[in-house]
Amino acid sequence: MGPEMDKLGVVTTFLHNIVVYNIPLLYGTVGEIMVEKSGSLNLGVEGIMAVGAIFGYIVGCYANSLGVGILTAFAAGALCGLLFAVLTVSLQANQNITGLTLTTFGLGVYFFVGNGVKAVRWPAMNDYPAIKEGFADIAIPGLSQLPVVGRGLFDHNLLVYLGVAVALAMWWYLRYTRPGLRLRAVGENPASADSVGVNVKRMKYLHICLGCGIMGVGGYYMGLNMSGSFNSSCWINGYGWIAVALVIFANWNPALAILGTFIFGFFNTLRVSGSSLAAAFPGPLGWLAAVPSQLYQALPFLITAVVLVLTSVRKREGSGLPASLGLNYFREER
Amino acid sequence: MEQQPYAIEMRGITKTFGSVVANRDVSLTLRRGEILALLGENGSGKTTLMNMLSGIYAPDRGEILVDGQPAAIHSPEDAKRLGIGMVHQHFKLVDVFSAADNIWMGKEKAGFVLGKNRYEEIAQTARRFGFELDPKKRVRNMAVSEKQTLEIVKVLYYGAKVIVLDEPTAVLTVQEIQKLFGVLRRMKEEGHSIIIITHKLNEVLEISDRVAILRKGEYITTVDTASTNEQQLTEYMVGRKVDLNIDRPVVEKTKPLLEIRDLTIRSDEGAVAIDHVNFYIRGGEMLGVAGIAGCGQKELCEAIAGLRPIQSGQMIHKGENIVGLSPKAILDKGISMSFIPEDRLGMGLAPSLSITDNMILKSYQDTKGPMVNRKKGKIRAEWVIEELGVVTPSADTPVRRLSGGNVQKVLLGREILAAPNVLITAYPVRGLDINSSYAIYNILNLQKEKGVGILFVGEDLDVMMALCDKIMVLCHGKVMGVVHAHKTTKEELGLMMTGALDLTNRYEDKPAGFARDTNIPPQQTPEKEEE
Repeated sequence: MGPEMDKLGVVTTFLHNIVVYNIPLLYGTVGEIMVEKSGSLNLGVEGIMAVGAIFGYIVGCYANSLGVGILTAFAAGALCGLLFAVLTVSLQANQNITGLTLTTFGLGVYFFVGNGVKAVRWPAMNDYPAIKEGFADIAIPGLSQLPVVGRGLFDHNLLVYLGVAVALAMWWYLRYTRPGLRLRAVGENPASADSVGVNVKRMKYLHICLGCGIMGVGGYYMGLNMSGSFNSSCWINGYGWIAVALVIFANWNPALAILGTFIFGFFNTLRVSGSSLAAAFPGPLGWLAAVPSQLYQALPFLITAVVLVLTSVRKREGSGLPASLGLNYFREER
Repeated sequence: MEQQPYAIEMRGITKTFGSVVANRDVSLTLRRGEILALLGENGSGKTTLMNMLSGIYAPDRGEILVDGQPAAIHSPEDAKRLGIGMVHQHFKLVDVFSAADNIWMGKEKAGFVLGKNRYEEIAQTARRFGFELDPKKRVRNMAVSEKQTLEIVKVLYYGAKVIVLDEPTAVLTVQEIQKLFGVLRRMKEEGHSIIIITHKLNEVLEISDRVAILRKGEYITTVDTASTNEQQLTEYMVGRKVDLNIDRPVVEKTKPLLEIRDLTIRSDEGAVAIDHVNFYIRGGEMLGVAGIAGCGQKELCEAIAGLRPIQSGQMIHKGENIVGLSPKAILDKGISMSFIPEDRLGMGLAPSLSITDNMILKSYQDTKGPMVNRKKGKIRAEWVIEELGVVTPSADTPVRRLSGGNVQKVLLGREILAAPNVLITAYPVRGLDINSSYAIYNILNLQKEKGVGILFVGEDLDVMMALCDKIMVLCHGKVMGVVHAHKTTKEELGLMMTGALDLTNRYEDKPAGFARDTNIPPQQTPEKEEE
């Protein structure tokens, strides 16, 4: 193996890492897009991902089934969504406060359940072959044989493919189906939708739960990607907040969310792969090694801030921002 | 012989919002194939009553019968199934959707996947009912009349037999109103039953078969249109005799207060909105500004109030230049501006704040220190409520809870409190009923008698001809001339508004819009005008 091959190998690993480490962002973003398209601003993504993660991981391990884990994570996330919907749709609570509270609540549940289980017996991922194998990479025949990008982009675990599929399916759902049209109507102008007989409450409940369930699966992914090692820092590690910003970056378009995830993931992954890139390409990229690690840690949030500034100057024309986002709907309001 | 049941019968309907009774024991009947006008002042409960018919509100008491059968209407969906459709005053349309999608989203039986054929189906439906509608056009690119057409097509597409229109003419031009009335007559012939909410008497007399009148939430009576007249309807509506004449007190005029020379202003889009305009206002004089909507009225008002930069020209107040001054400095000179935009709540008042707080908004800078003088604000609010007859539970009521007429009184009252010498008021009676309108005219006339110079930007030519001393006509930002209100005719004004008649050069000895006793020293006037 010559030095050239080695360099390409570094690039491949870099690409691979972009996907592996950032797919949870896609789940969080796409889930939040669904929620926001119904006109609800849910800032509890971080907490919901944490709840989905802890229940999905523990139940999945005990059942020794990745499928059970995914379903449990989805159900746990959807239950959080149900809580959010009861508070904001039925009881008309302020959405921002409810979302923030849900984050605190979700992280509390995460540590409460995690520490409780750890006190008895923490399931280590290595002990559950079905989980480990289920999360193993699956190469797509043909595409994965492509030089450099093949291994980087087309040789991943099941949840990566599922995430992309969910994003594309949601894009189609919002754009080309009648329930999608009605959902968008609810998010844009609930009074209009109501006046033509769309059941606004039902639409909101359904899609808030669905979106939050998707976030929960994203949380589960993060747990698996950390090999289920439970310690003092939460698996989600701020990704939920980045997802909230990515929704804006993606302009509320689930297909664009895939692109947004990878662009964001590129910078995010420099933190992990920066030094190896610097070693492989000392000429053009050598300076990467000189960047202090603290900057890398701050980078996701710096980029989030930049993204928010850039997207805020975008004109309303063509924006996917639901016009009634964050506003509770009450039919008899005067 | 069995009597044919009413299409709609509402019996003993009561609806309260908190402590406010919006409808008290209201009964109403609608015959099949008739046009019923629902008449009443602002805040008399017309819209509330119709919202109960269309399922937006649930009545506290009372029952609704559809075709003689008791009907339970708990949601707009129920109303739709019963064949009741409502065209709301504030259109219920999704701005970013196409016309077809706005209709499609409420369709009961449609496939899961959106088909391309929906555009054709909607276009066909529109044609079948005799409308032109571009199904792919987005609502936000539509003119107001197009949106209304879409709303009507929408309720027809859902199969409505009973159609309620809430103040459909408020946003239309004279020609569009005639077109709408043609549509309503045709729908009536096709067997639809129509309720039209309005407070314009001439429209009631023109279009309706019967008139139902509400006053302060209570049902008064229903009369046949053929056997009534404006005077009688007004008395039912207001509850007492009303003098329908508008006063024009004659006041001794002072020297010009505000002189505008060669003023050019650009609109937000960069186009020329006001084009080399000259005019002046004297104290004790009311100058009307007539023109088709969007002819630079808004830009002119904003420029005088200091809210919009000007391109070129002079604005002289009592001989002093006001170009480039801050809005606050212009206000301190005694120039007050109130503008009622089309949506009527947009400009000048903070809807969620109380009347008192809205008073403080304008005067807080007068008190020193970081604290706000609430007591003074309250006194001011109570003065406005007292003097202008604002109907409100208290001075602490949020402005958005008031009815339209009262909101406009608060806005105008606050401007008057500043004791202005020039009062600029745009569309002060927009959307108001007779009683409130006359109250506003009186307020303006009182100001005029105090020697205030008033610029009255209006819509209704009849009113302007009766109320103003002179009328300036704008057409595409150019002045077409200034005429004496009592000498001109509607036809003359109409010709000027469309640009067919230009009277600016009528008098050779005096350039149009220049006062003889100007406060502007000659060296300041542009050279070409001195020739």
